[in-house]
Amino acid sequence: MRRFLSLILVCFVGMPASAAEVTTYTLDNGMDVVVLEDHRAPVAVQMVWYRAGAADEPPGVSGIAHFLEHLMFKATDDLASGELSNTVARIGGSDNAFTSWDHTAYFQRVAADRLELVMKMEADRMRDLQLTEDDITTERQVILEERNQRTDSDPNSLYGEQWMSALYMNHPYGIPIIGWRQEMEELGLDDAEAFYKKYYAPNNAILIVAGDVDPQEVKALADTYYGPLEPTPGLGERMRPQEPPQLAERRLIFEDPRVSDAYVTRNYLAPERDPGAQEEAAALEILSSLLGGNSFTSVLQRKLVFEDQKALYTWAYYSGVNYDDTTFGIGILPVPGVSLEDAEAALDKALAEFLEEGVDAEQFERVKFQLRASQIYAEDSVQSLARRYGGALSSGLTVEDVEAWPDILQAVTEEDVLDAARNVFDKRHAVTGWVRQPQTEEEVIQ
Amino acid sequence: MIRFALTFLALFAAIPARAAVDIQEVTSPGGITAWLVEEHSIPFTALEIRFKGGASLEEPGKRGAINLMTGLIEEGAADMNAQAFATAQETLAARFDFDVYDDSLSIGAKFLTENRDEAVALLKAALTEPRFDEDAVERVREQVLSGIRSDATDPDKIAGDAFNKMVYGDHPYATPLRGTVESVTALTRDDIVAAHRNVLTLDHIYVGAVGDIAAEELGLLLDELLGDLPAEGAPLPGMADLTIEGGITVIPYDTPQSVAMFGQTGIERDDPDFFAAFVLDEILGGSGRTSRLMEEVREKRGLTYGIYTYLVDGDYADLLMGHVRSGNDRIADAIEVIQAEWTKISEEGVTADELEDAKTYLTGAYPLRFDGNGRIAGILVGMQLSDLPLDYIATRNDKVNAVTLDDIKRVAKRLIQPENLQFVVVGQPEGLETTN
Repeated sequence: MRRFLSLILVCFVGMPASAAEVTTYTLDNGMDVVVLEDHRAPVAVQMVWYRAGAADEPPGVSGIAHFLEHLMFKATDDLASGELSNTVARIGGSDNAFTSWDHTAYFQRVAADRLELVMKMEADRMRDLQLTEDDITTERQVILEERNQRTDSDPNSLYGEQWMSALYMNHPYGIPIIGWRQEMEELGLDDAEAFYKKYYAPNNAILIVAGDVDPQEVKALADTYYGPLEPTPGLGERMRPQEPPQLAERRLIFEDPRVSDAYVTRNYLAPERDPGAQEEAAALEILSSLLGGNSFTSVLQRKLVFEDQKALYTWAYYSGVNYDDTTFGIGILPVPGVSLEDAEAALDKALAEFLEEGVDAEQFERVKFQLRASQIYAEDSVQSLARRYGGALSSGLTVEDVEAWPDILQAVTEEDVLDAARNVFDKRHAVTGWVRQPQTEEEVIQ
Repeated sequence: MIRFALTFLALFAAIPARAAVDIQEVTSPGGITAWLVEEHSIPFTALEIRFKGGASLEEPGKRGAINLMTGLIEEGAADMNAQAFATAQETLAARFDFDVYDDSLSIGAKFLTENRDEAVALLKAALTEPRFDEDAVERVREQVLSGIRSDATDPDKIAGDAFNKMVYGDHPYATPLRGTVESVTALTRDDIVAAHRNVLTLDHIYVGAVGDIAAEELGLLLDELLGDLPAEGAPLPGMADLTIEGGITVIPYDTPQSVAMFGQTGIERDDPDFFAAFVLDEILGGSGRTSRLMEEVREKRGLTYGIYTYLVDGDYADLLMGHVRSGNDRIADAIEVIQAEWTKISEEGVTADELEDAKTYLTGAYPLRFDGNGRIAGILVGMQLSDLPLDYIATRNDKVNAVTLDDIKRVAKRLIQPENLQFVVVGQPEGLETTN
């Protein structure tokens, strides 16, 4: 039984890059292009990634990056509102978009010989969006309903906002991507246009084309459609407010009547993958697999579910693809009858034992073999590969970093893992939270 | 052995036929049939196995036994306890997924070519020699109970369960396959053994395979993996008697956004008008393009983040269902728009442009599904479960293209019944009251 985990985890363990044929180049206006070939099916995926996400928003307009993502489907000088999606649907394709703290991305999946059509439209909306007040009024209601659905209807999501904002004391990762409701309600046309004009430009974008395509043909198309677009001058380096020294452990109690089973989470501030320096992140990646990668054999499951029998589930996760400091998370959902206090103590004890006992050599080898195998499995989905490259490149990594990652993972030693664990497991850099139903007075006294 | 290629795609101008997909029907020496697409460019194989019947083969009073059994398949087999089994699987980097649905129990496996025999032997142990150890039963039972408690606070689940209870009478579809706290707590190991014996049998089996394996190798693999399963399982259930009266049922729940499930009777998969209904649903509320409901409820009025409808083509019931979420102060408006659109499409049908757009979308999207070994294996087994012929892929788009405006008009009048559309709303909806 592993179904529960996906409900709680928001970050997924990254997988190594594939051996798919990769071609890269940069257009004269600064737009980066990556082509991933896979000729098994006559399908092409186009993705445009902007190096602009929620963490790049100005203060006071949280949610504007995501709001703009919605508005990008409205009219341009050449396209009517909704025309891009309708055109893609008419040729049997699919299209969508997503926003994160570090990027906003748009993609279409179409028959390979329709690549030019979608490229023409995607290029058109990079610079020529024509927003109206009506678009703002209607679509703002939609994003408020999206917040209702994704966040306010789900106590786990609400809690996620709370611990993120407690963990990041200064960095905008502490502000939710969807936005704080009171700021979302006030988002206006000027806010959207300012963000758009600054960040939606070829010198701030990455084009990824994956599938049954020829790299030279893609280059010719990209030159034709993206080539003439004007870059934004003076964008400069991407700088966000950074974390000050974190000196105090933070603890939260989150109560909501919709919480069915109480649980404990702890999230530590952790280093991310940096260009040319991915070694510590690789050790953390393997650490998360050792601690929580398998429901039966991982350290936390083995100790807390099978030996102590205090937990129904435990988890550990780490996502190294981030522009600034990322998080390493662990958690425990105790069996009925075990208090959150005892659960947290058991979790801490398991971590301490792990550091004491060291890495099990056989488990270490199994985890590494799994990582090698996942390279083979990952080749089955060219769209996932495209997302991997786009995510990495929009988080400050290079194609070389993506390609070096599998070997860096394989080079990690047991001692590297323990060193990384000792560095990251520092409660002064962490938020521990208890999530439960509101307590009655009697329960609180006990 | 029947062979045909997807080269028919050349007929549809938009789609080049460079990447042809060959489907072979493979029958093992022992008589087990599978559909196979060989794809040798990546050194692994994806195998999808389905046992028809799934959770609907539940014995009376034992609701949740088949689900609990499914969760226990990976919890120890032969001489391996749960952790030993997982260690063996991890060592091979094989991926096994076990799931159960109303109509089938599904097993998805991916394994590397370099250790295929070992991976198959391990999966075989799970399927034919599960241990159902006492400690594993108790552990997974607690996990299932946790899931049931979680469902009880999930507005979507509350709405879905209430709808099913109203509609499906005494059919297994009427109750959640996870069971209740009471029924799951009462299950014994014998119940789990019986559930295994009832569901995982050769008479229920369907197989799709895609990847780095030849037909002959697959034949031998099928006999090795599945040949020891019992020949016959529990009899399949009969059709559900549907009770749908139309109206609104409100289930009060403290949440800022209401969830509405809505539905009415649907259409059988082998009905001559099925494809017309399929296209009609795409226009009304399909998720692939901007449907009428998406346009009216989201784009024009901003009443929701998402709304969609779908045809439920269950083995034992057919429905036309939909789903929407809106703020408590707006859900009544959303429902009013949905009811108006239901009436409008029933009376007027659709326009020629809408029909043309839906057809080009549906026919264009179909071949794009066939990418990725795992995806194709799932499609192959799904076709067999729906009793579709091996040449279905080649004829499917013709059937969509053959739908006329008159067909849509006829099926809209017959299928779409505004007066019988039942809503179940979970939340604190303003201005809505239960009418039935």
